[in-house]
Order: sequence, then C-alpha cells, then structure tokens
Amino acid sequence: MSHQQLLSKIATNDKHGENSPYFDGWKAYDRNPFHSTKNPQGVIQMGLAENQLCFDLIEEWIRNNPKASICTPEGVHQFRDIANFQDYHGLPQFRKGVANFMSKARGGRVKYDPERILMSGGATGANELIMFCLADPGDAFMVPTPYYPAFVRDLGWRTGVQLVPVHCDSSNNFKVTREALEQAYDNAKKSNIDVKGLIITNPSNPLGTTLDEETLKSLVRFINEKNIHLVCDEIYAATVFSAPKFVSVSEVMQEMKCNKELIHIIYSLSKDMGLPGFRVGIVYSYNNDVVSCGRKMSSFGLVSSQTQHFLASLLSDEDFVNKYLETSKKRLAKRHRFFTKGLETVSITCLASNSGLFCWMNLRRLLKEQSFEGEMKLWRVIVDEVKLNVSPGSSFNCSEPGWFRVCFANMDDETVEVALKRIRAFVGRETNDNNNNGKRVEVKRWKSNNNLRLSFNSRRRIKSGYTLPNMYG
Amino acid sequence: MRLLSTKATCNSHGQDSSYFLGWQEYEKNPYDEILNPKGIIQMGLAENQLSFDLLESWLAKNPDVSGFKRDGKSIFRELALFQDYHGLSSFKKVMVDFMAEIRGNKVTFDPDHMVLTAGSTSANETLMFCLAEQGDAFLLPTPYYPGFDRDLKWRTGVEIVPIHCSSANNFKITEAALQQAYHEAEKLNLNVKGILVTNPSNPLGTTLSLEELNLLVDFVNGHKNMHLISDEIYSGTVFNSPGFVSVMEVLNNRFSDRDQAIWDRVHVVYSLSKDLGLPGFRVGCIYSENDTVVAAATKMSSFGLVSSQTQYLLSVMLADKKFTRNYLVENQKRLKRRQKMLVSGLMRTGIKCLESNAGLFCWVDMRHLLKSNTFEAEMELWMRIVYDVKLNISPGSSCHCSEPGWFRVCFANMSEETLKLAMKRLKSFVVELSSSSDTDNGENKAHSKRNSLTKWVFRLSSRDHRHRDQEER
Repeated sequence: MSHQQLLSKIATNDKHGENSPYFDGWKAYDRNPFHSTKNPQGVIQMGLAENQLCFDLIEEWIRNNPKASICTPEGVHQFRDIANFQDYHGLPQFRKGVANFMSKARGGRVKYDPERILMSGGATGANELIMFCLADPGDAFMVPTPYYPAFVRDLGWRTGVQLVPVHCDSSNNFKVTREALEQAYDNAKKSNIDVKGLIITNPSNPLGTTLDEETLKSLVRFINEKNIHLVCDEIYAATVFSAPKFVSVSEVMQEMKCNKELIHIIYSLSKDMGLPGFRVGIVYSYNNDVVSCGRKMSSFGLVSSQTQHFLASLLSDEDFVNKYLETSKKRLAKRHRFFTKGLETVSITCLASNSGLFCWMNLRRLLKEQSFEGEMKLWRVIVDEVKLNVSPGSSFNCSEPGWFRVCFANMDDETVEVALKRIRAFVGRETNDNNNNGKRVEVKRWKSNNNLRLSFNSRRRIKSGYTLPNMYG
Repeated sequence: MRLLSTKATCNSHGQDSSYFLGWQEYEKNPYDEILNPKGIIQMGLAENQLSFDLLESWLAKNPDVSGFKRDGKSIFRELALFQDYHGLSSFKKVMVDFMAEIRGNKVTFDPDHMVLTAGSTSANETLMFCLAEQGDAFLLPTPYYPGFDRDLKWRTGVEIVPIHCSSANNFKITEAALQQAYHEAEKLNLNVKGILVTNPSNPLGTTLSLEELNLLVDFVNGHKNMHLISDEIYSGTVFNSPGFVSVMEVLNNRFSDRDQAIWDRVHVVYSLSKDLGLPGFRVGCIYSENDTVVAAATKMSSFGLVSSQTQYLLSVMLADKKFTRNYLVENQKRLKRRQKMLVSGLMRTGIKCLESNAGLFCWVDMRHLLKSNTFEAEMELWMRIVYDVKLNISPGSSCHCSEPGWFRVCFANMSEETLKLAMKRLKSFVVELSSSSDTDNGENKAHSKRNSLTKWVFRLSSRDHRHRDQEER
C-alpha cells in the first residue's frame, strides 16, 4: 500500500524543513551533550537561541507570590474558574499584562491595546496563524535573508505559502535595501507568483541587529505602495542590550502615513523571558478583520489557562517587570561583550550587534574554499572536532558562505569560557596549519555513515542558494 | 487584490451557527443566582463542573507540584525551557495509564505512539492535515459536534459528508446510511479518506454498540486508504451500562496480527477537557499505531504544544493511581445522578430524552412542541427557549441533525439548584405553550421581541440551510 495515498501530501513531504543541518547539529549535541563535570568533552550547545540568564529573578518572584499558582493554598481558590476557562479571548488580565510588557520593552513609546492581542501556540503557532489569515495556498511572502530556518515550516508547511527570499549581504552589513526588495518582488511577479506580504524579524535572527528607523520606514513605504502586508516578528524586542535603541514598527506607524490594515506583529515570551516551554505566542494586528478571524483560529493553539493566570500575575507586577527588563539587558550586554571580546583575541569578528541571544560570526577566512561546500566542511569540523554546535549560515539561507550563528545566552559563564577556549585552540591550529609552507591541510574525510549526513534538500540548497528548489526554475 | 486569505473571509469556521450565537446571547445576559437571577441559564456548554473539589483536595495534599517544585527542589528552569514536541515523557506515561484505566485496562497504549496537542480541537485538525487534503472528505454520523465544521474543515480544506442517523433506531449508524454517505461523497466528486466518530457520542450521550464498531471497522478495512478516527474525549464520562468499548479494544480482539493494514488506519483522539473538567489547560492527544502519522503529527504539534507547566502538574496528579481510580468512580456517580435529575425533570414536563449512558448532556426530544415538523419551527422554538424561558440549549440543526425537534441540553456545568430552576422554567413554558395553543395569548407576549428578531431568525435558518446545502449539493 502506498503511503503517499494513505496519508496527505503534507504529512509525507519534507516541507517541515526538519532535514536541515540546523537540526542535524542538535542531534549531534543530543548524542553527546556537554556537562562541566559529567561530560566535559561533550558537545556544547551553541545552536539554541534560549535566554537562560534571568531565571533567578522569576524563581524569586514565584517564591514570593504563591497566589500566582492555582495549585498553592494561596491560589487554589481560583483553580476551578481557571481550569474551566477556555475562552479564546484569553484572560483579560493576561492580555493586559502582555500589552503592558510589550509597551515597556519599547520604552513606553508605544501603547498596545489588549483587545488586539491574540494567543497562539508559541510564535511558531502565531506565524502560521497569520499566514492562514493573510495568504492562500500558492501565495508568497517575501523574507530577507538570512532568516530563521523554521520559517519554512511555520510559514509554509501546512499553509501552502511560498517564501521569496530578499537577498542581503555583508557589503552593507546585511541591511535590506529598496533594490533588493524591488528585485525580489519583480522576479516573483514575472514568475506569476502572487506576493501577499513581507515578513521581517526585528531584532533580527540570526543577525542580532535591530532595524534602523530609516530602513524600517522604507519597508513600510514599500508595502504601502504595493498594497501588501507587513508582518513584523518582534520576538526579540526586549533582548536589545545596547544602542541603537529598538524601533518597533508600531512606533514608525505613529510617525508616517500608512495603511494600518497592512501591519501585524508577532510576539512571544520565549526569548525575552526565557519561557519557551510555556508556549506563549501572540499575534497583534492593526487590522480588525484579522483580529476577528485570528481570534477564532487561536482555538487551535490557546495558551494554557494555568499559564495565562501565572503570567497575568507576573506581568502585572510593575516593579518586577521594570527590574526584569533592566537586569536582563545588563546581563545580555555583559555576556555579549565577554563572548565577542573572547573571539577577538583570535581575530574572529562578528557582525556588530545590539540584540538577540546570538552572534553572527564571520569565519570566512577559515574556509578552505569560499563556497557552501567549504562552509559545510568547516561546520562539520566545528561540530565533530571542536565539539560546538553552531549553526551554519546556509541553513539560514544566507547568500554568502562563511557565516555562523553562535548562541551565547543558553549557558553559564563557565561553559562560555570552555567554548571560547576550544575556539581559540581550533583557530590557533587552523592558522598554524595554514602557515606551514602552504601544506595542504588534512580535511576530515566525509564518512558516508556519519549521522551528520546532509539531506538531499540542503545539498540542493547549497547549489542554488534558494530554499525551495522550485523557485525561479 | 483581495486583502485577506479566503479562509479569513469565508465562514467555514462555522461560528455563525446558532450553536455559537446562543452562547453570545448568554454572554449578554448570564444567569447568576444572586446578581442576575432572571438571566439566561447556560445549558449549551458541555463542561464538567461536578468534580473540581476532588482535584482541589488532591492539590491541597500535594503542595510540591505548586511553585514548580519536585521533591522540594525548584524545577522552574527545566520546565520553562522544555519545548520538546515529544512531550514530557513522565506525562505521556501517566496519560496512557489513565486512558487504559478508563478502558478497564482491556487496552494498553504505548506512550511513543501518543502525540500531545493543544486540546482535542488541535488534535482533530492535525489529524486532518495528516490524513487528508482539499478534495477529500470524512464521513461523520449526524448529529455531530458543531465545532467539527471548524476543526476538521476550515484551514484544512477537507469536507464533511454526513452519515444520516435517525430517531427511528435511536440514531444508530447503519450500513445503509454508511453506504449512502459514501455514494453521496462520490457524487460530489470527493475522495472519502475516512470516517470520524465521537464515542461516546456528542450530542447523543450514548456509547457506540459493538455492532456499530464492527460495522465501522469492516467498512474502513474494506476500502483502500480509508481511515477511522475515534474521538473518545468523553470516554471517562460513561456512567451506566452498556459500558464503553473503545475501537482499540475491537481491533485487539479481531486483529491480533499487528502487521495487518487496519492497524495503520485507526486513530484515537483524547483530551482531559471533559473527563477531568480541565478545558482551560488545553490538553489533547492523538494516539495512532501508524508511525508515519505519529511522526508527522508530532512535528505538527509544534503549532500547539501543551504548556510544560501544565504537563508537569498533570504528570504528578495522574501518577497518583489511588486518586485517578477514586476520581473516575466518583465522577461517574455524580454524572449519573445529575443526568437522572435532568431526565426525570424533563419527564415531569412531558419531555422525553434519548436513553443515554454517558456524556455531559442529554439529547432531548421536543418534536411534540414544534409548530410544524420543520427546521424553521425548531428555530422558532429555540429562540423562545433562549429569550423567553432563558435557557441556552443547542438546537439539533446546529448539530446537523436530519430531523427537526431535537435539542442538546447540558447538565454538568451548573449547580443542582440551577438545574432545578431550569427545569421549573421549562415546565412553566411548556404549560403555557399547551394553554396558548388554544388561545393566542402566548403570541402577544413574545410578539414584539419576535418581530425584532424575525430578521435574525430568517438569517439564521437560511444560513443553516446554506450550510447544509453546501454538503448536500
């Protein structure tokens, strides 16, 4: 019996994108995870954009606020009402808390309306939901490269939406240019692809940079002219730790003429608060029809009422929120500085960044050949020998080989030191080898039974530089 | 160019249905014993509010689980970061045990074949995405849960073709009805990918007979690439004989060889929303022996994972076997008592119910109260019950029942006093109805209200007809 007919195409294709090397590195880590005492030779996980720097603040708050739990003697009187609450509008206090937090993360320069806040299953669910609202199967959304690998799954897998990359490169620090936008849009039109909008991540994953005001304004102008949507994934909004300050699309909207109906924000508490396990995804739209439709769709991924209740309490504590945002910013800045300085001692530079939980590391000079094959080879050495799981730029659809995303906020100080030590040793070795009479460096042979095999898709990706082989023929 | 997607602008979310409109009316004027004694009593919500005290007393005895602690130590960090779509293994273990217990341990389940989802809403939609696509259809026996129109069809593009069941044989599924539905689908050029049943049934409150189960299994087995989904969300609410027989039990008994194709085509959906009365927690699951389905559904669960906080709470609660055993028995006792109260209350008013042994509602026969044997008359009666009698009950047409005059009335989401009051109101109404059928008095009282609502009724019934027309085209 053919499984292709037994199940749907969606269930049996690989548009879930999980065959990307982005995920392969995780598998290497899972098999041999680093532990400072139990497994000091293990792989250090630097491919996971988690924020583990401020749990102590939340833990302290929990100890002092037993009422926030519906399981404690202090809070159990609310158990039945909360356990019973499945209204897709969400708890009003929860929505208020989120709106307030979002506003504070933008320095109070914008106010958010709790009535426009929709829940979904993490930002993963939120991104899929907004696509279902804005686009039909076969429609396309433009997305600047490099971009978060899971967009392939989140934006396109079940929705049937295609991604049209807008190419950015290091010549201007990967800024999105008007030319790149026009080119991507025109190419799509020529191929009879209906572009419904542009999606950006601001602050950027994987770059760790915030959009400058001018660029953001030009994006808003662009989508207004073309009458297409602008989806801003601002999931890293509160991870901005140094200048320039974060400018949200909400702020820019206040200063320029634009069609509000086209603007939508995706948010989550997974990065800013380090709570990915709680599945708090938010869709905030300035379009009333999208709010109405999106709210109905949120039934497919509501936030657990137990979690809503807890967060309503946490986020309504003004003092806590202020302290949290301030402390988180400081600790991220410190960690970022420590890590980038450490890399600089071996002349490794990163794209200058002011936000996010990672650095966009430039390893181009370490490539044996300036190609994606070269990048893959280097990556395998880093995972296999240096034992660091970093994410190769090709998995983010970067158009230039040699860039790697390295996460720094998901480990303690000690582990960062170990990682830096290993990097310094590796770079030292590579440099020495390169200096030895131009001797050819021994490159680890590609083991055919190595579990770090590339999937067919990613090999194709390396050749064409596009995520979906059917793009542009 | 259309601004939003087709899905956003159609109404296949089904929320224009009277099922949901009744809720809206209730929201505007909700009954409260003290604050609003003349308000509308909610009898359209299948919630189980009878056994919260059992959960609350368990919480009081198990303080560790609150405040994110395990054995006195904080596990907050661990939970906050846990977003593995395989789910908390300790939680899945107790879920399968709980499901087995409900089935008298006649069936066992493997946690590796379970996929956790944000409620059964998400489970059902996910299964559709895995098993079917645009151009396909699932056959559903009528009457069925109104939410299926949204959950199964809206974003998936899959169609529902009804298997018409009638009161002539207590709404049991017959082979003839099954064949007719299948042919109907063929006439509509739809590819039948499977059958979905709710067992115990919503809205009937009855368990499927062994005969029906065998019929369904044989039908699915006899057709290539056809699936059987059994939504067993009410399995723990069976309070009377005949007992509950899960489709898995039938498979176990008839197909001992697990390599037989049928094992790949039967899937169970479950949730803790009804049995434990925790709809707010969004805990659902898919159970399947088909590895490809499990793999695909697991990836899709990313769009609606269960909050780790909630997984943890329930992993501890359901591990307490003494508690679960006692809960199931006590809960069933209370449901049985409550159902009896409703049935006898209705009896005293000359209203019969379909004989039921499960669920949180009764399927009530008000055909004798209709002005004519039409759905218009059903709507008219329903409106009087909502506006004059002030009870929100669900009209059979919203459940796609093929005979007018049946209503679903919930009994487990209110106090005993409120239920008694509801019965009193209904009795007065029926008495008035029979007296006013002689005179025109009754007409005048509701006349003005009905005038203003006439338009609304017309819109309602024509919409329902259009809804039905789309299926029966």
